[in-house]
Amino acid sequence: MTSFFDILLGGVFHAAVLFLVAAGLQLVFGVQKIVNLACGSFYALGAYFGITSVNWALAAGLPPWMFLPVLIVSGIVLGAIGPAIEALLRTIYARDEAFQLLLTFALVLMFQDVLRFFWGPNPQQLSNLVTEYGRLSIGTFSVSTYNLLVIAASIVIAVGIGAFLQRTRFGRILRATAENREMSQALGVNVRWMYTSVFTLGTILGTVGGALVVPTAAASLDMPVELVVEAFAVVVIGGLGSMRGALVGALIVGLMRAAAITFYAELEILAIYLVVIIVLIARPAGLFGKPIE
Amino acid sequence: MSATGLSAEANGKQSGASRLRRHTALLVIVMAALIVLALFPSFAQPYYVTLVLPAFAYAIALLGFNLLFGYTGLLSFGHALFVALGAYGAAVLTSKLGIKSFELILLASGLAAVVVAIPVGLLAVRYVRIFFGILTLAFGMLFHSFLFKFYNITGGDTGIRVLRPALFGNEFSDLDKTAFLIGPFYYYCLVLLVVLGFVMWRIVHSPFGLHLTAIRENSRKAEYLGVRVRMFRLAAFLISAFYCAVGGVILAINTGQADPETAYWTHSGELVFMTVLGGFANFFGPLVGAFVFIFLKSELMSLTQYWRFFLGVTLALIVILFPRGVMGVAQDLWSKVKKKQ
Repeated sequence: MTSFFDILLGGVFHAAVLFLVAAGLQLVFGVQKIVNLACGSFYALGAYFGITSVNWALAAGLPPWMFLPVLIVSGIVLGAIGPAIEALLRTIYARDEAFQLLLTFALVLMFQDVLRFFWGPNPQQLSNLVTEYGRLSIGTFSVSTYNLLVIAASIVIAVGIGAFLQRTRFGRILRATAENREMSQALGVNVRWMYTSVFTLGTILGTVGGALVVPTAAASLDMPVELVVEAFAVVVIGGLGSMRGALVGALIVGLMRAAAITFYAELEILAIYLVVIIVLIARPAGLFGKPIE
Repeated sequence: MSATGLSAEANGKQSGASRLRRHTALLVIVMAALIVLALFPSFAQPYYVTLVLPAFAYAIALLGFNLLFGYTGLLSFGHALFVALGAYGAAVLTSKLGIKSFELILLASGLAAVVVAIPVGLLAVRYVRIFFGILTLAFGMLFHSFLFKFYNITGGDTGIRVLRPALFGNEFSDLDKTAFLIGPFYYYCLVLLVVLGFVMWRIVHSPFGLHLTAIRENSRKAEYLGVRVRMFRLAAFLISAFYCAVGGVILAINTGQADPETAYWTHSGELVFMTVLGGFANFFGPLVGAFVFIFLKSELMSLTQYWRFFLGVTLALIVILFPRGVMGVAQDLWSKVKKKQ
């Protein structure tokens, strides 16, 4: 029973972080129709920069329990790179998908060395800050409060994005642009500005995801390329471009991974990709995706 | 791929005389390149000669890859799977089964890749565009995690050693490793590249190849005309898998090791990189791309530890400024020179 509980919590924690990255991927795909391979790089950047920010904050005399807000703020600050990268991608919006995918692959290669340049080749860790928040015990179960906070934060963000897309004026314009770019442009939507803000928002989701995971796992140079594989699995299972899909996909992948690690570690990624392939065979567009031509 | 336009060879509207002249010019250039490659080991340092071997390997793999990408219009982000199948095929056959015949290794690994490509291709060709890319990536990563995790069978992250094969039954045991690689093995691979290149040339210029181009340009129209789109896509997929496996065998013999990174998705990305670098709209583009990439990478690696960054910058520049790659730039320069005359 305890192990079941551990798997569940571990899985949901992983799903919470995966959801953030996948939501960024979906947002950008939905509006710009670009599958961003560099989403993993944003995630890794968020992780490394989060470590540095927390260390700065501690050195500046902030109390250790402040590390969670510091991490979130550091992730949001990193969103500043969004507009610059969007300006680069802008050159190829009109081109074939192959070029768009390749340009984001070029970003993956560049970011790999940017991380190496600033933080060196060795994995980096945040020293035991998670214990600051202690553990929560219910009966015989005990969980790290930090993990619960991250799950809660992710739920808040998910609900926030949902409300933002459905209820606000900007969200409605965003969905209209995703649906029909030319028509929204004709109706006076500033598409360029829309693209820049959507991409920046997507970037922030990735960097915050990375920042939140770093107290529980080391940041390493393998992070970006490994995460892309999982984030892709999430969006394919859920359906490209669908936020609900990102949520359900993240839960499936997170729980599968946690279960596989406990029962049969060899199956970790294998199991996830088997699900991907099964979903694609049974429901080509993913669980919540729009049907594809 | 309409954005980049078609190369003239599929155009078919040229007069016989100009086509003949074009082919003669092409033949002269190809012959010149072959002579340089044939003489290369006699004047270049062994280090550079060993660099040509992976270039041969990638050139062969990309010939197949581009049949799918450039001619059929399907971008795979998982073809490292088949390169890895070739590499592990060579590894298993030489070090586990004791089979040394290079011809047999090529054939067996190539066929193994085709056998794997049948189910993978059957599923993948139901999709086009980004979905095809993601699904192939998924299969590639599936194979990678199999190689990585099933230590007992695959040697895990260290992989399996690849022993020296026998070329036409001759092991050249009097030669040391480098001498073997830059001697008999080099020439064997050069001939293999020429033969497989010629076969691919015939394939893309056959009615079959024209069907593929028609599918790329407008699959629906092709279907109306009675082309069995999925069958043709699958056939292109299988051929590309075979070529990639042959490339993988050569790569693995060159390094003496088959390791799981060969199947990783970033390696698939490199295959696409090379193809676009050379120019996928041109038959010879991927071959040029393979050579340019290998030498560029090795030069960058000797200059800086941040070579990935500069490779990324190169790729970004190619994608943004020169989407038709090296061959596209060369063609533009060539037509400018002609206009001046």
